[in-house]
Amino acid sequence: MATTAPYELKYGAATREAFGRALVEAAQSNPNIVVCDADLSKSTMVHYFAKEFPDRFFSCGIAEANMVALGAGLAMSGKIPFVASFSAFVLTKGFEQLRTTVAYPNVNLKVVGTHSGISIGEDGPSQMSIEDFALACALPGFWVLSPADEVAMKEAVAWAIAHQGPVFIRAGRPKAPLIYSPGTKFELGKAVELRGGSDVTLVATGLLVAEALLAADSLAAEGIAARVLDIHTIKPLDEEAIAKAARETGALVVAEEHLVDSGLGARVSQALAKHTPAPVEFIGVEERYAESGTPDGLLDHYGLRAPQVAAAARRAIARK
Amino acid sequence: MHKTSSPEDLARIAKQIRRHIVEMTGAAKSGHPGGSLSAVEIVTVLYWDVMNHDPADPKKEDRDRFILSKGHAAPVLYAAMAECGYTPVETLKTLRQLGSIYQGHPDIRFIPSLEASTGSLGQGLSLALGMGLAARLNRSTSRTYVMLGDGEIQEGQIWEAAMFGAYHRIDNVVAIVDYNKLQLDGFVKDIMELEPLAEKWRAFGWHVIELDGHNIPAVQAALAEAAATKGKPTVMIAHTIKGKGVSFMENNPKFHGVPPTPEEVQLALKELA
Repeated sequence: MATTAPYELKYGAATREAFGRALVEAAQSNPNIVVCDADLSKSTMVHYFAKEFPDRFFSCGIAEANMVALGAGLAMSGKIPFVASFSAFVLTKGFEQLRTTVAYPNVNLKVVGTHSGISIGEDGPSQMSIEDFALACALPGFWVLSPADEVAMKEAVAWAIAHQGPVFIRAGRPKAPLIYSPGTKFELGKAVELRGGSDVTLVATGLLVAEALLAADSLAAEGIAARVLDIHTIKPLDEEAIAKAARETGALVVAEEHLVDSGLGARVSQALAKHTPAPVEFIGVEERYAESGTPDGLLDHYGLRAPQVAAAARRAIARK
Repeated sequence: MHKTSSPEDLARIAKQIRRHIVEMTGAAKSGHPGGSLSAVEIVTVLYWDVMNHDPADPKKEDRDRFILSKGHAAPVLYAAMAECGYTPVETLKTLRQLGSIYQGHPDIRFIPSLEASTGSLGQGLSLALGMGLAARLNRSTSRTYVMLGDGEIQEGQIWEAAMFGAYHRIDNVVAIVDYNKLQLDGFVKDIMELEPLAEKWRAFGWHVIELDGHNIPAVQAALAEAAATKGKPTVMIAHTIKGKGVSFMENNPKFHGVPPTPEEVQLALKELA
């Protein structure tokens, strides 16, 4: 997978769009897949499913707590339910239900949170999910997936269906830069090394994977060989790849569209502390809520871009 | 287990379940006897008369399901399931001990024949409606019964689920409110009044049956009426007495979450002889 060719920024579908399409495709051959919606089907893209399979689509109204526990009931009777909403709503308003009625009895429910991060844009902080990794990772037994592009999302949906147990999939609103060629296969829980390098490792997820690749290119021009890892599986985390990166490159940057204190960066740091301590720099949302703006304008303003990732890499290297 | 529709037989079984509840919570030195005793007749009629279930084949697909949403009343469910043959009667008194299958609240990890792990109030109705939808999709005759506490329905999620059940016409689900008028801190009316309760459920689109939850023929008749009601879900508002069957526990708020002392256990067992 790792290449040295410069990354060419090209946009594919939004991961929410890819989710909606993948779900329909999977449901053609799997009659057990059902969907629960809380009045956001046109945004989460489960309206595709609703159109194709109206009998397997359940409108819950704007009532996420009921939707999550209802999904658990469907799962306990053998269905494979996907409950979808904005990530900011399904994980917060449904959290207690996810804890007690899904995670604790290990129910086979699939939870999809769209419009994650700050790149939702103009709607502003009430709709932005910058704590969803923290919440989902706090649920024992949950898989937490964060696909970077449409190809990875299709794989994530297939994993979720095949896996017996609760899964959270994080999806985004804007069109996502293409990282993978169609048909690329992934191994659950295994980081993808997109770029080889021995000077520093850029650990990224979601929209920040493309930024990490662009950062690696600018670092290469300075003679710095940056390894890039796509962490599509936040939990279980590929601690082996993280530890190996620390051993072989000696410094890391973690980049994510999430609060820096409680997301992937925290999990990577824990893995490093267990296996191979190394300097780490963090790119993400600092201790605050964002604001309205265009998705690109917000990513620029809050420093979730390749130049900031590259600068963090230089800082991390300097701390070796 | 032998199924029976005889009110006399069912009353005998109910008395045995009450004895277990008193002994279990007494032995555990903790637990919720009052709200277990108020639910005895309903649970007994469901398990011995009404529900399609088989302790020898607990996961058969077309079984009827029972969810104790008011999970703190676990002793009544454990006693019934043990007497049915799902779990051992001999170890009922290990209730709440480390390693016991009889956990403080129903836990499907320890008793796989349970339909749900409960204990956090407000969630069982949603679960039941999910199971009802699944049965409908499967064209199964399976019906789901869910017992709610009266205090429990102060939870907002109950009313989200109530809207959902009526809107989707889920007529294979029956909610049963154990309306014993007491909750942890005292009388329901002094904490958060529910009345007019029947009108609330009717306004939400449910078929409502009010009954005396300790009158076995009344419980049987209500469950039959629920089964015959099509196109909407049914709620049975069962007027009950907290601590029912033991004179000094009846209507006594203390016995929501406090078990009987050893002396009180002996007194109670005499009354339940």
